[in-house]
Amino acid sequence: MEHVAQHFVPLAVTPVGFLWLIPFFPLLGAVINTTCGWWLQRRYGKTVNHRIAIGAMGLSFAVAALAFAKLLGLPGEERFLQNTLWTLLSAGPVHADLAFALDPLGMLMVLVVTGIGTLIHIFSIGYMAEDPAYWRFFAYLNLFIFSMLLLVMGDNFVVMFFGWEGVGLCSYLLIAFWYTDPAKAAAGMKAFVVNRFGDFGFILGLFLLFWGLGGVWHELPSGKLSYQANVPGQQLRIFSGEPSTNSAQAEHREALIEMGPTLNFRQLRDQVVVQATGVAERLSRQKLFGFGLLAIVGILLFVGAMGKSAQLPLYVWLPDAMAGPTPVSALIHAATMVTAGVYMVARLNFIFALSPTAMGWVALIGALTALFAASIGFFQYDIKKVLAYSTVSQLGFMFIGVGVGTYWAGAYHLLTHAFFKAALFLGSGSVILACHHEQDMRKMGGLGKYMPTTQKTYLWACIAIAGFPIASGFYSKDEILWKAFSQEHLALLGMPAPWLGPLIYFMGIITATGTAFYMFRSYYMTFTGEYRGGHGHDDGHGHTPKESPFSITSVLVVLASGAVLASLLGLPASWTSRPPILEHFLEPSLPATVHFAEHPHALEWLFQIIGVSAGAIGWFFARLLYRNGTNPLPAQLLERWKRAWTVVYNKYYVDEIYEATVVRGSLVFARILSWIDSRLVDGAVNLAGAVTRLFANLDGAIDKYVVDGAVNLVANCTIGAGRGLRRVQTGRIQTYLYGALAGALVIVLLNFLIR
Amino acid sequence: MTGHLSLSHFLVVGGLLFCFGLMTVLTRRNAVAMLMGIELILNGANVNLVAFNHYVAGGLSGQIFALFVIVLAAAEAAVGLAIILAIYQMIRNIDTANIASLRR
Repeated sequence: MEHVAQHFVPLAVTPVGFLWLIPFFPLLGAVINTTCGWWLQRRYGKTVNHRIAIGAMGLSFAVAALAFAKLLGLPGEERFLQNTLWTLLSAGPVHADLAFALDPLGMLMVLVVTGIGTLIHIFSIGYMAEDPAYWRFFAYLNLFIFSMLLLVMGDNFVVMFFGWEGVGLCSYLLIAFWYTDPAKAAAGMKAFVVNRFGDFGFILGLFLLFWGLGGVWHELPSGKLSYQANVPGQQLRIFSGEPSTNSAQAEHREALIEMGPTLNFRQLRDQVVVQATGVAERLSRQKLFGFGLLAIVGILLFVGAMGKSAQLPLYVWLPDAMAGPTPVSALIHAATMVTAGVYMVARLNFIFALSPTAMGWVALIGALTALFAASIGFFQYDIKKVLAYSTVSQLGFMFIGVGVGTYWAGAYHLLTHAFFKAALFLGSGSVILACHHEQDMRKMGGLGKYMPTTQKTYLWACIAIAGFPIASGFYSKDEILWKAFSQEHLALLGMPAPWLGPLIYFMGIITATGTAFYMFRSYYMTFTGEYRGGHGHDDGHGHTPKESPFSITSVLVVLASGAVLASLLGLPASWTSRPPILEHFLEPSLPATVHFAEHPHALEWLFQIIGVSAGAIGWFFARLLYRNGTNPLPAQLLERWKRAWTVVYNKYYVDEIYEATVVRGSLVFARILSWIDSRLVDGAVNLAGAVTRLFANLDGAIDKYVVDGAVNLVANCTIGAGRGLRRVQTGRIQTYLYGALAGALVIVLLNFLIR
Repeated sequence: MTGHLSLSHFLVVGGLLFCFGLMTVLTRRNAVAMLMGIELILNGANVNLVAFNHYVAGGLSGQIFALFVIVLAAAEAAVGLAIILAIYQMIRNIDTANIASLRR
């Protein structure tokens, strides 16, 4: 990697004052709708609520577009917009600012989040029209977008982590939106708790990373380093004060690197990426318990990504999260939250690239997840469950991408997936709305006649996800699989593993076949044949499905066109003999370079043909088995393979395994703690109480008998003495005189005796 | 004349007078008799005063003390007799054993 790294230069920063507006507008919308949304809805109707929310989103998107225009106007290496508001906390030399930054990767994410987010807001007008808690829904949506933008735009780990936790909270709020249904509330809690597991790994990874970096920073001097690109073997020197700006230095494109402790992504990137600083070298040398520190850090950070991005084994929350309203499913599972993990790995690519073991781990888990989730998707009947497992599977693809080192392809798949999966989810939402909240595909069928727009957009999204070259999914998936096959970088447990790439490729191709199969299965079951529902509800009123309102169909059309047009961004280099547009655009953000084997273009074309035929095979079987719902073969096959089908249909009993291990374990643990609490802790408290009471009684007794007794004794003595002495006072003067005489005699006697 | 009359003789007379007076006061229950005993005690003291003045101190202070005591004794006798008269008029008796109405 050394010979490539010479080309890296520190990023040039362009300060832009308006970046904070992008997350600000959704926050404002959320604040307005949470505080007085209820009143507005009652007073002026629901229109006001969605106008506020969508207006906020539109403004946010407009500012993002403005930033995008500004970004495009800059030369490649200087595409880094930055906006610092104020310092959140400073600890010694480290400052954590409330600062936003946009590099090409962040820009891509911001455009996806605000753009598709806006569309989903518009879709929600139609979908949530009947809901009494309309204002609450839009407030949550805006808050979610705000958190996501913080995550994506955060200039340092602190702001990113804030957003990271914020989307977790918002996903909980949104999934459990209909909280009166215990199952849905439980799904929300499940999402939150599973994400906590991941977040624990994430924060542990961050701590370890900074622990390691702390040692490095301690060894190296702090301050500003001057650095010239393309001058090998130069000595870096620390600047004191402002750098001089004479013409000779300007010719060499002299740039500054800020050394020393930092939480800032860009500064850390500069330190790690520029080899001459020695940070990367020292960091990769560090060991923890005999393992490379960076491998452990990478794996732990990926555990965080596992939770957010629903990878094995923490994917279980995502299918359950379908309990939320469909726009939420689209927002969380297609466009934004689940891609947070992919984004995080891509953002920290310079860390991951230093550890082939961590990357091998990411890629392998991604491939396993893709295959595993796709196989579950085969036999689900709930249309949203199919899409949920499909999402898990596609996220697996993204992790293959970022795992094997083709970060831009991972990000590209993220973009295309955001389009076609949002189209699929919202299409399913449209279908569900038409079927009066029926989600079982066995009760649908023939809907193409009633809702042509939904059908067409759904079909195009299916084509995109199945990987046909006329839509975008093909380009991203193909690039990922091709790069997986030709990678030479991965390692497992510290050992180079050249066989891992082909293995991942093989799993990916099988998954791609499966993806095409289950997606077209859902398409044929839903839209072709005869309508199998429509016998009305229990109350007897029959209904035929009808096309959804314009606010829904227009969004579907936009998303489906996006799913098709996004392919232009990633036309492979073997076709146009130029790097794909998006790869070129993202290049400055993704400095980590990984080796790939050079293969002839012919081989790449062969692999593309294999990829397309995999999709075609899946499509063919789906068409054969499920078209019009007339083929009896599926039912026969189901009878034949009943037991295997049952296992897969029940999602390999993973939830049950979790139930038996994690949940039961937690319950047992909780019960033990409860026992400890009720017996030991309460016992100790009660013992303390009893002892205190004993002491109080003792004290009372002492007070009553000793102190009061002493007082009474004194009184009684006084009384007795008085009674006794009263005898003496006889009133006879002679008696007194005897006394006086006796006293006088005693004194005289004493006088003699003492002398 | 002073050759065979020494201080001791006077002191013996004074001591006897004091003792008789004390005896009278302690034993007699008649108030008038007790008053008389007191007179004897005082005069016993007077004898001492005059004798010590003559044999030891010299000068006149002893005699003047004695005169004061006589005057005081007269005043005391007058007040005491008046009280006794008053008590007699009230209870027709001057036995001190009976004068106990001030006791509870």
